[in-house]
This record gives sequence, C-alpha cells and structure tokens, in this order.
Amino acid sequence: MTFADWLSDPVNWVYLAIGAAVVASAFRVVTSQNVVHAALFLVATLAGTAALFLMMSAEFVAWTLVLVYIGAVIVLFLFGIMITRAPLNVEPGLDNPKARPLAAVVSLGLFVLLAYTSLQAFGSDQLTDVGTPTDTVTLAESLIVRFVLPFEIVGFVLLAALVGGITIARRDLTPVEEEERGAV
Amino acid sequence: MLVNQFLIVAALLFAMGTYGLLVRRNTVMILLSVELMLNAVNINLVAFEAYLRTSEAIGQVFSLFVITIAAAEVGIGLAIVLMIFRNRQSANVDEYNLMKF
Repeated sequence: MTFADWLSDPVNWVYLAIGAAVVASAFRVVTSQNVVHAALFLVATLAGTAALFLMMSAEFVAWTLVLVYIGAVIVLFLFGIMITRAPLNVEPGLDNPKARPLAAVVSLGLFVLLAYTSLQAFGSDQLTDVGTPTDTVTLAESLIVRFVLPFEIVGFVLLAALVGGITIARRDLTPVEEEERGAV
Repeated sequence: MLVNQFLIVAALLFAMGTYGLLVRRNTVMILLSVELMLNAVNINLVAFEAYLRTSEAIGQVFSLFVITIAAAEVGIGLAIVLMIFRNRQSANVDEYNLMKF
C-alpha cells in the first residue's frame, strides 16, 4: 500500500488534521514556559485524543476521557497550579536547561524504538470493522463479568486515594489549636 | 485506516511525555507530562482493540482502568505537592533535598 493510496481515503485526511493538532499541542505542553498555558494545551491534546478514540470506534472510552480528564483532572491541575504559586505569566526556571540535551536524546531514542517496532510488527495492517462502534453493553458486561475483580479493586483504590488525599493535604493543627478544639 | 498511524501518534506522545518528565523542574508540570504518557498508553490500548476486535472489548476495558488509576494518581500527587509546598514554599523538585544523604 503506497502513501498515495493511503491519502486517497478521506478518513485519513481527518486523521492527519486531528493527529497534527494532538502532537502540536502535546509539544506545547512540554515546552511552554507558562504553567497555565501548559495545562490548557493538555486540554487540547486530550480533546484530540478523544476524537481519535471516536475514529477507532471506541465511543464510550472517548466520552469517559472527556468527562474524567477534561472535566475533572484538568480542574484539579489548574487548582494545584493556582495554589502552589499562581504566576499566571511566563515563569523563568520552569525547566532545567542542563537536562535538555539528555532529555531530547532519550525521548528521540524512545520514539525511534517504538515507531520502528510497531512498523516492523504491523506493516500495513488495517483496523477491522471501522465504523461499527463497540456498544456500551459489551463493555459493561465485560467489566462486571470477566473483569469484576479488577473493577472492585479499582473502586477500592479510588476510595483509598480519596481518604489518603484528604489526610495528606490536611493541615496539621498547632498545639494551641488542638487544645482549643479539645476544650470545645 | 492502518493500525500504525495511531501507534505512531501514541509513540510521539509518549516520547514527548518522557521529555517533559526529564526536563521540567516544577512538580505540577511533571505530573502533566505523566498524564501525557498515560494518554499515549490509552491510545495504544484502544488501537489494539480496534485491530483485534475481541468479543469482550478487553482493550477498551483496560483503558478505562488506566483512566481511573490516572485520576487517583493526580489526586494523591497534587495532595503531596500541596503539603510539600506548604512546608518548603517551593514546588521545584530540585529543591526537595530533605531526604538526600
């Protein structure tokens, strides 16, 4: 299959547009010198990823990604950014310049390795049944029949994370405050 | 659509996440890079599911698990960052030297 054949399918043009947007905004996430911009570019990356999921007929996962990540995780991130410093403008010293060459070499090597292995392994294999989405019933049955134990464990992990998060982030009381609270 | 076109985007995202992880000093930015890497893994899982089409949609179920664990990880991570920031007035990893020998 040649590149011209690949380009003749209009779906691949959509893919190219979304993929370019995802990669460009991911690049800005790791290079932006403004913390708030980096978090907002992550929103663009995740929205593009959700669109890619829709192209791969994974509708439920796509909307879960939108709800959980864009709806909740990014809000948490912005909250963390605001509470730790709130610079809201260009922040010098966000990066460690000494680490840049090494990091570039490592990540480039990783990309070449991953891309080479997947090109070797899958060649020009096509996705199967594009356009017939996985229905939510299948996912739900799989989740509470075959994967019921991991499902319960993940629920427990979320509970533990909730309790742990509250305990860690809670301010310790000073001895005076503790005495006052004991007196009430 | 090829399987590889999605795998390559995932590989690019993963490599950029690694770059951010190594180069950033701010802890919140490091957590953002980790999210990028987890997202790349999700793309891979969904792409393999769209390729193999298992009857139980195993790849998609696994990506749902990854999303859940990532949410828990962000919550705990930011709680730790908040606590350290309160004690040391800094969110830079190279200034966390209390446990250095």
